[in-house]
Parts: sequence; structure tokens; C-alpha cells
Amino acid sequence: MAELVIETKDLTKRYGDLTAVDNLNLKVYEGEVFGLLGPNGSGKTTTILMLLGLTEPTSGSVRVLGFDPARQPLSVKSRVGYLPELVGFYDDLTARENMIYIAKLNGLPRREAYQRIEQALEQVGLEEVADKPVATFSRGMRQRLGLAEILIKEPKLIILDEPTQGLDPEGAREFLELIRKLKGQGITILLSSHILSQVQRICDRVGLFYRGKKVLEGSVSELAREVLGSAYRIRLEVQGVPEALIKALKGIPGVQDVTQQAPDIYEVQAKEDLRAEAVRAVVEAGGKLKGIMVEEPSLDEIYARYFEKGGMVK
Amino acid sequence: MRPSREGSPWTGLWAVVTKEMADHLTSARMQILEVLIALTALGTVYAAVQEIRAVIGHDPFLFLKLFTVNKDPLPAFVGLMGFLVPLVAIALAFDAVNGEFNRRTISRVLAQPIYRDALLFGKFLAGFFTLAIVLVTIWLLVMGLGLIFLGVPPRGEEVLRGLIYLGACLFYGGIWLALALLFSVVFRQPATAALASMAVWLFFTAFWGMIADVLAPVLRPVRFGLPEEFLAQIQAALALSRFSPNILYGEITLALLRPEVRALGPLLTFQLQGAILGSPLPLSQSLLLIWPHLTGLVASTILLFALSYILFQRQEIRT
Repeated sequence: MAELVIETKDLTKRYGDLTAVDNLNLKVYEGEVFGLLGPNGSGKTTTILMLLGLTEPTSGSVRVLGFDPARQPLSVKSRVGYLPELVGFYDDLTARENMIYIAKLNGLPRREAYQRIEQALEQVGLEEVADKPVATFSRGMRQRLGLAEILIKEPKLIILDEPTQGLDPEGAREFLELIRKLKGQGITILLSSHILSQVQRICDRVGLFYRGKKVLEGSVSELAREVLGSAYRIRLEVQGVPEALIKALKGIPGVQDVTQQAPDIYEVQAKEDLRAEAVRAVVEAGGKLKGIMVEEPSLDEIYARYFEKGGMVK
Repeated sequence: MRPSREGSPWTGLWAVVTKEMADHLTSARMQILEVLIALTALGTVYAAVQEIRAVIGHDPFLFLKLFTVNKDPLPAFVGLMGFLVPLVAIALAFDAVNGEFNRRTISRVLAQPIYRDALLFGKFLAGFFTLAIVLVTIWLLVMGLGLIFLGVPPRGEEVLRGLIYLGACLFYGGIWLALALLFSVVFRQPATAALASMAVWLFFTAFWGMIADVLAPVLRPVRFGLPEEFLAQIQAALALSRFSPNILYGEITLALLRPEVRALGPLLTFQLQGAILGSPLPLSQSLLLIWPHLTGLVASTILLFALSYILFQRQEIRT
């Protein structure tokens, strides 16, 4: 297994009577994209603040890149890039000036800082507006500037709190694309979001949070298997005798259920991607195959179904 | 025992100081105040020179008169500074911490490898240095104008007294700077912090003297009409009034810039034995007179800063 980047043991944070984070045990490994998902107020931001040493845990322990954020915050913060929710900048300074301040706070030597700033601005596509005041920037540009600022640290781990908040769908897609590229460079990424469908594509594994507790953890398909019972839904458009077709499809090993949803539309639920087997079965049963499509399970559905089943008492 | 936290609390301090100072010196707010203060220096010095030429002929401390002499309706330079220094100091700090919260930059800055100490102290130092630049500029302006208008160079002792006055002004400002910083930690709205700072300033300027006069007879009542009782009451009123930074500043100014002042409280006859009336005190004696005042100003500045430091350390940074 790859190296551990984040490890928490029974991590708990209480604000008075409210338990914001409740006995959290989390492991994030090097090079993966991990999503902290859940509704607002489920403890995602508090968890992140504890990972950075910006708030002290009530009990439990945290290790980030092998350091204790409460005792060695400087070591953690010089290696971890953090993009807060709806990040703000000094509006009357230019993008470059904002970045220079951050570079100085990181103690980077001037020449190296300027070089890294140039590279980072290019990487996020802001080199054209680098000398414009941030006041003129759109939400999407600010978010990208925030990412550029993180990159000048050359971090090992990047933590993004609600990175798509306030972005239009196109902007969100572009931003997630940027994040995916960073993953390609071997940087571990932890991101939080309450919009499950938006981030599920880029997360290797996710942890679903509810009221301070991590209620589910795993890759999206693992969760789908666990909660929905089947991870793949294959839709087939076939002309033929319905009874024979359903019988043939049900006969494939690994198929859990087959339903006819419209005169010529059938849905096959399976644990694996059984498209090839389904096609063969349909043809052998004498059906005329017109179309085939596999539907990926959505996190929204998993989440909704999980609570429907009473996985958590509300 | 848990190990103490790593590294120096001042990592990144100078980055914060230089950034904040650059902000102060280029902000419209500061430019307005600088114009206001330059006008003050010009106006009061010009008026003082007129008055000096007309009324006072020879005086060993002619230059110091530039600061203290007034011509109606304009108050003297030191009087105006008593107003303006707190104003500048409050303007420099009332949005220091809450501004970072409102701009949502606080978590971004604190996610860098620095401690909160560096941010708060950096902001205080930046305000303090900016205030120092402003005060030194005015001081040089006044001395320069004095040279031009009076045509005589200042004596060494006058320059020295003037410089100590400058230092006192700086720490008088330091109190208001630390107070505004404290309120910027306590109140989320910069406007509230500014108003609260102004309210405290107004309280000490306008009302504290009255309150001290009311409280003194309660604390030290005159029961038998003995002179000792009267003296005790006067001294109680004086001691109470000195809780106000404005009074401290006023007395420091008096002792420093008017060397003939021999005591800041009631003067008893035995204290005047052997004294030549109207002759100036040497600098060392004037300093002795205001030493407690100076330490008081510095101590209050440190105390107020320490308080904002404690509150800021305990603040949750999530917005």
C-alpha cells in the first residue's frame, strides 16, 4: 500500500454541546484524490481545520505527512496547500502582489518565488491578468488564483474546501479538470464538497459525512455495491420476445435483476460491467439489439438511498 | 509533558509588517490624515510664530514655544496633537483583524507557515511604524518652519526635549493603536470597532476629568476642614484623572516643553524654598517629573496589546 499522508485516530471536536466531528478515523494515501462529502454542517470544514492545526482537536490524534498539526504546525503548513471555502484576496492588490505576499510568508527566496509565481500563473491560465487588481476577478478566476497560490509552495498535499462553491457548471468542470491534472503530478488531494455529483468523477475514494460522523467510505463503485446492491445498470434497447429476453439476461452469472422499463427497454442490474455478456445473451435469445448504455451509479443516489434505508437515525 | 510548539513565533513577521505598512502608506485614509496633519503643523506654527514675535521677546526656550504657544482661535500645536494622534492611531488599526475576516483572507494567511503571533504583532508594528513616520515628519516640519520663521537655531536641550516629546507622542498613539487593535479582534464589524474606540477616546477626553472630580470627595472626604484633608482630596482627584491617557499626555507635554514647570500637582510652599521663581528646570529634573507618566503610557500600550493577543489566540478562525 502507498504511504499514509493523512491519518486521524478517534478525532473529536466539540464546540460546547455540539459535537462537530465525532470519533473520526480517516486514512488518506499518497497520490489519491479523497473526497470528504456530505451536507453543510456535517463536520467537513472542522476536520480540515484540525488537519492544518488551525483549530485544536478536543481529543484524538492527527498525523499529516507524519507531523502533528497541533504541535508542528509550521512543518505541516509549509508542505500542505489549503484553499479555503470562498477564498478571499486583498482586492486592491494585483494577483501577482497577492502571490508575492504568500511567497514571502513562506520564506521563499525572491528569485525562486518570482519563478514559481510565473509558472503557477501559467498553469492555472491567469498569466494575462496577473497585474490586474483582484477586485476585477470573477469567482472562477479567484478560485484559480487560490490554486496558483498553493502551487508556489510545491505542496505534497492539497486540501480544497468546497472548491466548486459559487462556480457555474462550466467553471466547476474546468476547475476540477485542473485538479485532475495536479493528481497526475503525484500530489495527494483532499477535497470537500456538498455537491456530490460534481466531484464524484475525480475522487478515487470518498468518505460520506453526516452530523460529524463518517458514515460511509470507499470508492464510488464500492459504495454503490454496498448501498445500492449493484454498481452497474445496463440499459438495453432490444426488439424481441420480452419473456425470452428477460430469461436470457437473468441467466447471466452476476446479474442481480432485470426489469422491462418500456416496450423495448430493459434494465440489467449487475455488480460488474456485464455489457459484453448481455449483448451475447440478447443475440442468442433471438433479439435485435438497437442500443446499449451503462449508467454509472451516482453518489447522490447512494447518499439518498443510504438514509432511506435508515442507515442513520435522523 | 507535551513537547512545546516548533519554530519561532515571529516567522513571517517582517513579511506582515512590510505588507501592512505598504497598505497604510498608500491608502486613501492615510493620505487624508497626512494632509490634515500637515495643515495642523503649518497653521499652528504660523500662528505661534506671530504670537511669539508680538508678545514674547527673549526666551531661552524659544523653539519649544512653537509647540505650546497658541493664538486664538487656534489651539496650540500640542493641543491639536492631543486630538489628532489618537485619531490617526485608531484609523490605522480599527479594521486590522476583522478586516481579514471580512475579506475572507484570514484562513488563507494563517494556512501559511506562520503563527498567529506574527500576524497580530506584525499588524501592530506596521501601525506603530507608520505612526512614527507621520510624527517624525510633522516634527521635522515644525522644526524646519521654526528655523525659517524665527531665524535662530534651536539649542541642544531644546532638540532633546523635542525628541522626547516625539517619543511620548508615539506611545500616546500606541495606546490608541493597541485599543483599536483590541476592538478589531473583539468586534466583527470594522465600523463598530471604530465607534467603540472613538467612544473610549471621547470618554477620557470629555468625561473622565469630571468623573474624577466627583469621585475624589467620595474617596477622600473633607470631614474636619483640615488642610491635610484638602490636600488628600486634590491628590486623589489627580491620581484618578491620570488613568486617562490624555491627562498623561498633557502633563508630559507640560513638563517637557515648558521647563519652568516644577511640579504637576499642588505646589506646597516648602517645595519652593530656595527656588528662583520662573527659572527653568534642567532636563533631568523635568524627566524625573514625568518618568511615571512615560512608563504608564508604555505599560498601557503593552497591556492592551497583550489583551488583544490573548483574545486573538483563542478566536476560532472559521467564518
